Amino acid sequence: MLNEYLQVLKSEWLLIAIIFILLFIKVGSKEWKNETLLYSINFLLLLNLIAGYFYNLPGSLFNGMYFSNDLIFLQKNILNLGMYLVSLIAYPWLKEHKHLLEFYILILSTLLGMFFMISSGNMLIFYLGLELSTIPLAALANFDLEKRKSSEAAFKMIISSAFSSALMLLGISFLYGVTGTLFFSELATLIHGGPMEIFVFILILGGFSFKMSVVPFHLWTADVYEGAPVAVTAYLSVISKSAILFIFMTVMFTVFRNLEPQWYFMIFLLSVLTILIGNLFAIRQNNMKRFLAFSSIAQVGFVLLGLSGVSKIGMTSVIYFLLIYLFSNLAAFGVVALVSATTGKENIDDFKGFYKTNPFLSWVLAIALFSLAGVPPTAGFFGKFFLIMSGAERGNYVWIIFAALNMIISFYYYLRVVKAIFMDQNETPIKTIMVPALPKLAMAICLLGIICTGFLSWIYDAIFNLCNF
Amino acid sequence: MNLTLFLLFPLFTALAILFAQNLKQIRSIALAGSLLQLGLAVKLLLAYNAERSAGNKSQMLFEYIQDWFAPIHLQYHIGVDGISIAMILLTSFIVVAGILVSWTMETLSKEFFFLLILLSLGAYGFFISLDIFTMFFFLEVAVIPKFLLIGIWGSGKKEYSAMKLALMLMGGSALIMVGIFGIYFSSHTATGAHTFDLLLLSKMNIPIEIQKMFFPFAFIGFGIFTAIFPFHTWVPDGHASAPTAASMFLAGISMKLGGYGCLRVATFLMPDAAHAYSWLIILLATIAIIYGAFATMMQTDLKYINAYSSVSHCGFVLLGIGMLTQTSITGAVMQMVSHGLMTALFFAAIGMIYSRTHTRMVAQLGGLLKIMPFISTVFVIAGLSSLGLPGFSGFVSEMTVFMGSWQNTDNMYRLATILACASIVVTAVYILRAAGKTIMGPITNSHYEQLTDASWNEKFAAIVLISGILIVGMAPFLLINLIQPGTEIIINKLGVAINH
Repeated sequence: MLNEYLQVLKSEWLLIAIIFILLFIKVGSKEWKNETLLYSINFLLLLNLIAGYFYNLPGSLFNGMYFSNDLIFLQKNILNLGMYLVSLIAYPWLKEHKHLLEFYILILSTLLGMFFMISSGNMLIFYLGLELSTIPLAALANFDLEKRKSSEAAFKMIISSAFSSALMLLGISFLYGVTGTLFFSELATLIHGGPMEIFVFILILGGFSFKMSVVPFHLWTADVYEGAPVAVTAYLSVISKSAILFIFMTVMFTVFRNLEPQWYFMIFLLSVLTILIGNLFAIRQNNMKRFLAFSSIAQVGFVLLGLSGVSKIGMTSVIYFLLIYLFSNLAAFGVVALVSATTGKENIDDFKGFYKTNPFLSWVLAIALFSLAGVPPTAGFFGKFFLIMSGAERGNYVWIIFAALNMIISFYYYLRVVKAIFMDQNETPIKTIMVPALPKLAMAICLLGIICTGFLSWIYDAIFNLCNF
Repeated sequence: MNLTLFLLFPLFTALAILFAQNLKQIRSIALAGSLLQLGLAVKLLLAYNAERSAGNKSQMLFEYIQDWFAPIHLQYHIGVDGISIAMILLTSFIVVAGILVSWTMETLSKEFFFLLILLSLGAYGFFISLDIFTMFFFLEVAVIPKFLLIGIWGSGKKEYSAMKLALMLMGGSALIMVGIFGIYFSSHTATGAHTFDLLLLSKMNIPIEIQKMFFPFAFIGFGIFTAIFPFHTWVPDGHASAPTAASMFLAGISMKLGGYGCLRVATFLMPDAAHAYSWLIILLATIAIIYGAFATMMQTDLKYINAYSSVSHCGFVLLGIGMLTQTSITGAVMQMVSHGLMTALFFAAIGMIYSRTHTRMVAQLGGLLKIMPFISTVFVIAGLSSLGLPGFSGFVSEMTVFMGSWQNTDNMYRLATILACASIVVTAVYILRAAGKTIMGPITNSHYEQLTDASWNEKFAAIVLISGILIVGMAPFLLINLIQPGTEIIINKLGVAINH
């Protein structure tokens, strides 16, 4: 029995262990040098990432409140990988930071919350995990302690997530009122599409939409992304978003499966709006972080399109896409974080002539952007193609044509950055930046991921075999 | 014969270029790689002929199938027939010539040759694919190199042109993607699964309503790549701004991807819709031919002249496909080969002139024949081939298209044929005028007298292309015999469509 508690909850225990180690270091009297600390923490995270692949025991605990299967372990591994990469690219910024231990303690707590959220089998655990993953993030958004914008971001974040949590909580209470249970497995059979159930669904969907920054619930995203430190922005836009999409998929496919005819149309509308607004606003941005924020909004619209397939292929494609998206977005954020930490420049105009001084970083950024745009031979092409394909299975070609046309718009704004990097002249380009070892490692991993994930079809096959649809 | 080598050779050449130390090594590797490709293409031709004369009647030769994304029945399926071999040969000729004319490229040479080789990889992959997903994949692989080649090494309003080209081609890809999904989801194999496989798809009869819905997406999508009217506007700007080698690749290879796709994917897989929409294709093609020819007359920049004439000439490809007779489709394929070679030659000659005189304006040039006889001769040969002088490739291919078109007995189609034929007169006017002004006459600028004639690499490049033009022009039966079996199958499929 004890053994089961250890193994099924393994990922969570590991994170808790790391958090406690960091806590002991913090309260201990020994003064550590920042760099030593960073190297050791990254080593711990690497161990955590590797350990995620061994001794995984599927099972359910606490009367089904918590459950885990191979797919969930895979999702946790993807998040762990993302966490490791974010930690690597945060190096240049944290090196100078006074509170790096707090940073890690907070960020690992949010990850812990996400793990519980993904593994939840009950609305209450889900809500608990969600809150654990959101509240520390608000503190993290404020981690550039001297910057006004950073505090503003944190404030916006806490208000908007409180609002969305309230919506969701209201939905959950009504749900309990309607069905008398909060367990996912029981809810699935009790919901049949009555008006109250649809109302509940809309409330919960609204709450989710806030967290996923789906238009029209996206208003907080750009400001928070811009104000927060780059590493936190990267974390928000990749890890936090992936986690919420994982659980969103589970909830849609299990709990609200019977409402599918109703929610298909809602998702259609949300996706169309999200893609369009995300794209149109991304065109106008000049700040790299805001630009990536809007582009990531648009990407979620495509994920919704893939999700609407409601098929095993759709589920596989969404997870596969999120893995690729993780590599691409983190590669882009890696470069932006490094440039921002060393020079403080974050605007697209500052990147003009970047190729003359920093060829390696330019290629990393360009390849990442190509992957986000979905151009072969990068993996982004495969990801997006399969997403749209799983949506196309439903035969809703209005949506497909719309998505295809929007890929052109998104191509335009990604190319705009590439153009600035490679083609535009600049009197005072960003000086040549020495890339420290850890971010370089992160970029290498991301590049490898971007180039190989597409061709290695066994990744897709493996995810497909794990999906229990 | 292992067709995957056509991907591996460029791939390893490109990787080797990344590790090269200096310009000398880079260009030697690039040239060696491109010569290997040419050798491989010739070997493929010989192997193909040997198989065919040994009585191998299968539709595609040297097929190879490997499961790729098993859950969605996506395969890596390659194979060639005569049409693809003609295209592969064309590509390899132009790659060699393109590398040679950019021999002295010194700014960011590593990136330049890397991108050129990457572009050729996309083209080879496209031509050997027998799976519409991989075709689409390789088609798009070639877009980014084009964007960067024009944007970084181009001249004039290069950023604008690069962006315009990339977005329009991406638009084409988006349409093709919708078409591909339409085909994919209407297919049902024996096991009930969908497929991307071109050969399997061609054996199924896609319902006519679905064909009618998705044919325009696929055809116009591929058509954008081959400058279908009104989506031809990327051609003049893109070609004019691109560096010489990139112009050659664009006009010689990249525009052929579109024509090949129109034929192989759109027309072959959706024959009923091809019949239904053939009037529209003819209309657009005729407009492109005439409009392109007259627009060329107004141009004063040599590159714009050639670019607009490409719009007109690629109109013949679409006209040939749209007429749906065997002769016209054979002619369309021949026109693709012929246009590829001769535009590449034209752009090479213009590039050679420009690199010396630093102008491409017809008005500022003159009397070049006295100063650089070799380059001027190349220029005249390209021009004469373009206006369809017998003996060169342009004549046979355009002639075949016209003959095939005339076989279509509908009056409106005949009218289109006549109009298209008439455009040749206009072609003669602008070609002779441009050639006469730049090559003949007095030397307009005394600086020109110090200029040198072609260097060895430029001569080599020109000779490679001219020999291609002459082979097609003098012995067209070689090419016709090569592509005939391929076009026959397409025609059979079209004939079946007409009968039910």
